[in-house]
Order: sequence, then C-alpha cells, then structure tokens
Amino acid sequence: MTEAAARAGNPASSFKNRRKKEALYGYLLASPVILGFLIFVLGPMIASFIFSFTDYNVISRMNFVGLANYRNLFDGTDPFFYKSLGVTAYYVLLGVPLQIVCSFLMALLLNQNIQGRSIFRTIFYLPTIVPVVASSVLFLWLLNPDIGLFNQILEMLGLPTSQWIYSERMAVPSLVLMSLWTIGGTTVIFLAGLQGVPRHLYEAVEVDGGKARHRLLYVTIPLMTPTIFFNTVMGLIGGFQIFGQAYIMTQGGPNNATLFYSYYLYREAFDNFRMGSASAIAWVLFVIILAMTLLVFKSSNLWVFNENEEGKR
Amino acid sequence: MIRSKKTKLALYALLIVLSCFCLFPFLWLIRSSLMQMSQIYETPPVWIPSPFQFGNYSEALTVLPFGRYFLNTSLIVVLEVTGVVLTSAVCAYAFARLRWPGRNVVFMIILTSMMLPGAVTLIPVFLGWSSLGAVNTIVPLTVPAWFGGGAFNVFLIRQFLLTIPKDLDEAALVDGAGYIRIFTHIMFPLAKPALIVVGLFSFLNGWNDFLGPLIYLNDEAKFTLALGLQLFKGMYNAQWHLMMAATTMVVLPAIVVFFLGQKYFVEGIVMSGVKG
Repeated sequence: MTEAAARAGNPASSFKNRRKKEALYGYLLASPVILGFLIFVLGPMIASFIFSFTDYNVISRMNFVGLANYRNLFDGTDPFFYKSLGVTAYYVLLGVPLQIVCSFLMALLLNQNIQGRSIFRTIFYLPTIVPVVASSVLFLWLLNPDIGLFNQILEMLGLPTSQWIYSERMAVPSLVLMSLWTIGGTTVIFLAGLQGVPRHLYEAVEVDGGKARHRLLYVTIPLMTPTIFFNTVMGLIGGFQIFGQAYIMTQGGPNNATLFYSYYLYREAFDNFRMGSASAIAWVLFVIILAMTLLVFKSSNLWVFNENEEGKR
Repeated sequence: MIRSKKTKLALYALLIVLSCFCLFPFLWLIRSSLMQMSQIYETPPVWIPSPFQFGNYSEALTVLPFGRYFLNTSLIVVLEVTGVVLTSAVCAYAFARLRWPGRNVVFMIILTSMMLPGAVTLIPVFLGWSSLGAVNTIVPLTVPAWFGGGAFNVFLIRQFLLTIPKDLDEAALVDGAGYIRIFTHIMFPLAKPALIVVGLFSFLNGWNDFLGPLIYLNDEAKFTLALGLQLFKGMYNAQWHLMMAATTMVVLPAIVVFFLGQKYFVEGIVMSGVKG
C-alpha cells in the first residue's frame, strides 16, 4: 500500500500502517547488533559449553567425555587449575583494594579547590592509554634486577633491592605495583562522582561544626558508594582477565607464580590445543565472574547508598 | 574549602609528586631510547643521554619492519573504528527512537553480554574463523566490529540519543522523511559527541589489542605493532636502548591521538562511569 493510499484511508488504519513500518525499520536497523550477539556471543557460548564435555583437540576426532574435563580440574589431576585460581585471587585481593583506595585518594586531591586540575587529570590518565605490550616491555626494563631504575633508586637510598618479577614471592606484588601506574581511568570516574556531590550537604556539616574528617566520613564516602561499587566490580572482572603482562613479562613464571587464569586458559587452548579442557576452564571463569558480580550486587544494598531511599525517609 | 596556605602548598606538593610517578616511566623510556648501549649499563645511572643517540630509532627500524607493522595496524584499526561507529550508531537509533515489539527485552539481553568475559567465547569463535579459513587474515579482527560494535557502544550512543526531543522525529516524519533519512540527516549528526567518544575508545582498543592479533595472525609480514614489539623483545633481549626506541614508536601514536581527542576522553570515561 502506498503512502498516499494509507493517508486516504481511515486514520486508524493509517496509524496502524505507520506503526508497522516503524517496527519493520526497528528490526532492520537493530539487526547488526542482534546478529552480532547471536553469532559472536550466544552461539559461541553454547558451542563452548558443548566443547567443554568433549576431548576436542583440533587434530583427532572429537569424543564426548562427560564431566571428565571438569573433574580433572577440580580433583587436582590438572595441577595448574588451583594454582592459577590462587594466583589470580591473590592478585585481585591485593590489587583491587589498593587500586580503589589509591585512585579514590587521587580523585579527592583533584577535587580540591586547585588550579590546573585538568593538567593533573591528564597526567594521571596518560599511563592508561599505553598499549599493554609497551607497558610490559617498559616495566621489564624498570624492574630489571641488575640495572633497572627501581633497584638503582633503592640502592641509592641504601634500601634492600628486589628481584621483582623474577622472584616467586615478589612477582605478583610487582605486577600489582605496575597496575597502580594505570589507575588514572578509575580516578577520573571517581572525580566525576565527587563533582556530583551536592554542595549543600558539605555546608550542612560545616554549620554543625564538622571538620574535613566529618565531611569525608559522613558525606563524601556514603554518597560515593555507588561509584566505589562500580569500580570494584570492574576491577574484579579486569583482574580475572589479566593476560598480556603474564604472557609478555613472566610467561607465568617463576615457578608458576604468575600463572594467571586467562594465561592458563590461553596456554591450554593455543599451546596444548586441548580445546575441550580449555572450554571447561573458560566456563568455570564465567561462573566465577557471575558469582562474584552477584555477590557484590547482593552485598551492595548493605553498603551502597541509594538516593531514592534517602528521599523516602 | 581549604583555608590555610600551608595545606594548599602541601596539596600541590603531593599532586606534583604523584604526577612525577605517572610521568617518570615515560621519561625513563625516552631517556633510555636515546642512549648508547654502554651508557645504559653505567651505575649510578646517567640521567641525560650524551650524546643523544637518535640512530637507535633507525636501527630498530632496520631490524624489524615497524613501518609495515604500523600500516598493518592502521588498516585494522581504521576498518574496526569505521565499523564500530557506523553500526553502533544505526543500532542505537533503532533502540532509542523506533518502537518495535520486544525492543526492551532484546536490549536487556544484549546488555548482559557486556558482563561476559571474552575468554568464554574466545575458543569457539577462533574455531569458527579457522573453519572458514579466515585465520591469518585481518577478517577475524575487523569483521566483528561491523556487527553493532559491541553492546557497550550501542548503550552509550542510545543514552545520548534518548536525550534528543521526540518532536524532532515527528516533525521530520510529517515532512515526509523516512526513518533512514531521519537517521542520516538528524540523529547521526546530532550524536557526534557520543560518536567521537566511541570512535576514540575503539581506536585505542584496536591499537592496544594484543590477544586478538596474537591468536589470529601467524605470518610475520601481517603482524601489528603490538606483535612486532613482542617479537622484537624476543630477538633483542638485552639491547635495552633499541627495545626502548621500538617501544616509544609503539606508544607514540596512541599518545598523539589521546592529545588530539583529550577533551572527549574525559567526557567518555565520565559517560561510561555514570552508567554504573
């Protein structure tokens, strides 16, 4: 039916036609992302789930092995599974709180009444745009035990030096230290949150005779909990996917001290070509991230401030 | 907020110290890239290279074809950014401005894929490309960008388009414009700030990507800068002056783009952070 005919008909049917046309265009124009979701997300997820019950290794025929892949992981037949979980958990538990605290403090500093805020903000953000390969090579150099800058400075100050990533004990803390170089993105998010805190709340504290400490404890931190929450979730997810540093700087060593979960998964899939077992590892990762996210979400109503609730009181 | 001069001074001092921590690795990178090998090994460390050894850069360029890697990376990134910007804008328009049954449910489902770790889909997607014979080409690195450019980008542009008054579409419809025309002539130009943000972030993602090229590109002639640097590291393990020169060449384009789009970067991070 042509536009003119539609217009000539009764208004109800013309309206109906218009809605139909709009819906048609809606499906058509949204189709790239819908197809993308089906082809690159949902389909692969299902495939990955099926592969995780097979012994697929690219070369020979694929057999169903039931839960064997998962059993091998959990009963310790594959000694690297628990090791990599432990290493990653250590990195996340040490790194994420440090990153959150440091970036929050940096944002607090930037939020003061200072000149040149945008310059400082740019400087703090700059390290985050460095490609991971480049920052890894750079930190290999800075952390070099013999002639690296870190040890040179420690030596000049008369402090004990370290083997950094070449020591089993220091490897993960070294990488956490390196991650602190790139907290600028988190800082900028915190800063945006801080600038949204209504001024009158601070004034109220001042009227009541409160000091800076009170402003921080009773206004800033409670109001910032949603942002802290967001950054924590992102930090956890990011921590479980750290790959480049492990691949480029340590190859998982020394003695598997930096066998991060994603690196372990990569090794299983692309070095050993055990696609079935690697798919099982990937699904365990998926469940871990899901569980962590749900846990943080569940716990969030205990500690995240909700403006609407406040309004009701 | 701050009254005494002393606290203000301490504040600036602290900010400057923190800035030094952020900038120092960059300075050390450039300093090392301009040194002779013998000077690099001196203790206590020399701070300013003498003489400035600019030849390190040309030497690094002769060892590996970084110019070629630069072109390879640029081609991938241009295809990727174009795909992301165009298709995420089209899809965001469908989700923000058009009414169709199931729209909100579909959008929620697609949004959940943002939480999905890439590792879960990595293996089947790789096997899929491999069965199509697309491994060792740039197809797996660029084609996915043309399918909506990722849930997050659609989300970002959708949020932006939602703020535009609905009357605008209505008026255009009354004037006889079709939905495609409304998109190309009204929504796309209006969404420019959000599109720039999406473009900048997908540029950086593409430029910095390591895992993708590592898995899909085998042929050294097809390597990206990130892979080239990794290769270089394996070949010249102790020649830190050359390695730092190569690293500088990999970092530089990202920094240039960052400074060109600086204003939008901050806006973009804020946009992405607010969604939490």
